[in-house]
Amino acid sequence: MFENVRLAFQGVWSHKLRSMLTMLGIIIGIAAIITIVSTIKGTNEQIKENLIGAGNNVVAVQLNQSGYVYDLSWNEVPSAVRPISQETRQELEQIPGAQKVTLFYSRSNSENVYYQNYQYNGSIMGVDRNYFSAYGYQIRTGRGFVDSDYEDFRKVAIVDESTVSSLFAGKNPVGEAIEIQGDVFTVIGVVAMSQEFTPTINSMNDYWMYSGDSAGSVFIPDAVWPVVYRFDEPQNVAIKVENTDVMTTVGKAAADLLTQRQIVGDNTDFDYRSQDMLEQAQQLQKMSQATNTQLVWIASISLLVGGIGVMNIMLVSVTERTAEIGLKKAIGAKKRRILMQFLTEAAVLTSLGGVIGVATGIGMAELISRMMEIPVAISLPAIGISVAFSTLIGVVFGLLPATQAANLNPIQALRRD
Amino acid sequence: MTILKLTDICKDYQQGKQTVRVLKNINLTVEQGEYLAIMGPSGSGKTTLMNIIGCLDVPTSGTYELNGKNLQNSSDNALADIRNKYIGFVFQSFYLMPKLDAVDNVALPLLYAGVPLKERRARAVEALKAVGLGERIHFRPNQLSGGQCQRVAIARAIVSKPTLLLADEPTGALDTKAGNQIMEIFRALSKEGMTIIMITHEPAIAECANKTYHILDGELLTKGEARSNEKV
Repeated sequence: MFENVRLAFQGVWSHKLRSMLTMLGIIIGIAAIITIVSTIKGTNEQIKENLIGAGNNVVAVQLNQSGYVYDLSWNEVPSAVRPISQETRQELEQIPGAQKVTLFYSRSNSENVYYQNYQYNGSIMGVDRNYFSAYGYQIRTGRGFVDSDYEDFRKVAIVDESTVSSLFAGKNPVGEAIEIQGDVFTVIGVVAMSQEFTPTINSMNDYWMYSGDSAGSVFIPDAVWPVVYRFDEPQNVAIKVENTDVMTTVGKAAADLLTQRQIVGDNTDFDYRSQDMLEQAQQLQKMSQATNTQLVWIASISLLVGGIGVMNIMLVSVTERTAEIGLKKAIGAKKRRILMQFLTEAAVLTSLGGVIGVATGIGMAELISRMMEIPVAISLPAIGISVAFSTLIGVVFGLLPATQAANLNPIQALRRD
Repeated sequence: MTILKLTDICKDYQQGKQTVRVLKNINLTVEQGEYLAIMGPSGSGKTTLMNIIGCLDVPTSGTYELNGKNLQNSSDNALADIRNKYIGFVFQSFYLMPKLDAVDNVALPLLYAGVPLKERRARAVEALKAVGLGERIHFRPNQLSGGQCQRVAIARAIVSKPTLLLADEPTGALDTKAGNQIMEIFRALSKEGMTIIMITHEPAIAECANKTYHILDGELLTKGEARSNEKV
């Protein structure tokens, strides 16, 4: 066997140009697959990083109507939904894996929020005492909400850094007055995510996906929410969990609990649904994976063509080496040995093609990542599978020529020259 | 000791719809140490006979015993083993592997016999010394002359110490001088007790053998018979 491999390498080396051309199909196929797989993996890791990379492990549970998030910016307060009680809140806190529960009101698109004569169009939130710590916000300037803000219904607001740049043109907003629904609020602080994180944006799609909070958020104490907005609005829930692995289960449990407790009356199309980032990431990954799986199939056609090329060259090689085969049989080589010799040659040829293809693929992936700023992640299993698969191609497509060689009649073989 | 015994060997070939009998009731017994030549014009069936003796082909009818063993109904693999162990081939056009050096060429039959690498090399070198090429063991066929190539081929044929050396026109591709050297080697091998069957159409070469058979239209005749036939 080792002898066969050594001889096969010699054979490949002594026909450098021919071997190279034969391998080309395999090289192109494997290189394409490695490039695509690396890019998929890179994109997927980026999606995951973009969505849950902030590391705050927060799962949001929101009110849905007919499967869509119910946004009060455009909708009335639904009569079928009750405000969340302290008891329910405590139950939420007892879900295994839940660390911190926060309730908040929100408008994803604010109206009638002004600073001087600039209109603000980011989101506005009425938050409880847990909100900032659950989401991992830190105070950068000024102060946070204190108990008296809640108890005295103070009209104070905290803004995030995006708002600082979008509404206040970058200058320090602490002490400034903003107008919310005709009421004057004083900005008392600026918050930022404790882990600085900016999503990587490569396309318009990404932009729409991640730019939700780019206009910023304005936070006010939930106690004053009914003053500016409506009374008895349903709250949203966000739960900080121990780690990303339990995000989905905690989210589901919380959603079920809330649906059971908060929705009154039968036949309503309201329910609570969890929307954790991990699940979103997985959905996005599935989408990008689906398109790229098709690309892999197309690349596989190149492997098929490459395999046929190998078969063709091996058939030529068998014809060329008829005398050699005849002599080997005459001096006692059995069918099996001749078969193995040619199978080994084909397998060595395609494996070599596979290895070169992997190297080319990695090179291509790196090049693409540099030129188009798409992240790539080299997948070790993919490399292993590619090389193994190219060897398999050699064995499969070498089978016909090798069988032909093994079945040569030594008399005919020796006479033919 | 009888090495080879052919009894009523016939060989038919199918040519289109016709059956052609190439060998007709060949009877031949070869004793240990004999050196014989089989002569005949082309188309007489001498190559077919050699193929049958060399276990490359099977007869249509008749029995073939090698070393006292009847080879009838042997499988392809069994015949390959027999060729490997008991028969050494020398061909007109050498059939050396161009990419292997002399030692590796000579060691090839031992590879198929499952001999370990070191022993293979050692025995190959020994065989090359026996044909006077002890100094060129790492030359490749394209670095050797025709006569030297044929000597490498002889070394390959004797490396597994076969009971029978089968040569098909061993000097056919060589000039007279090189041919004579080959004949010298054959003579020496014969003296050491090697059984040799040589097929040739050159009377001068056949002279070297101890005994000559003629084959004509598929029938085997001893030298004497051939002559008496000619007279008739």
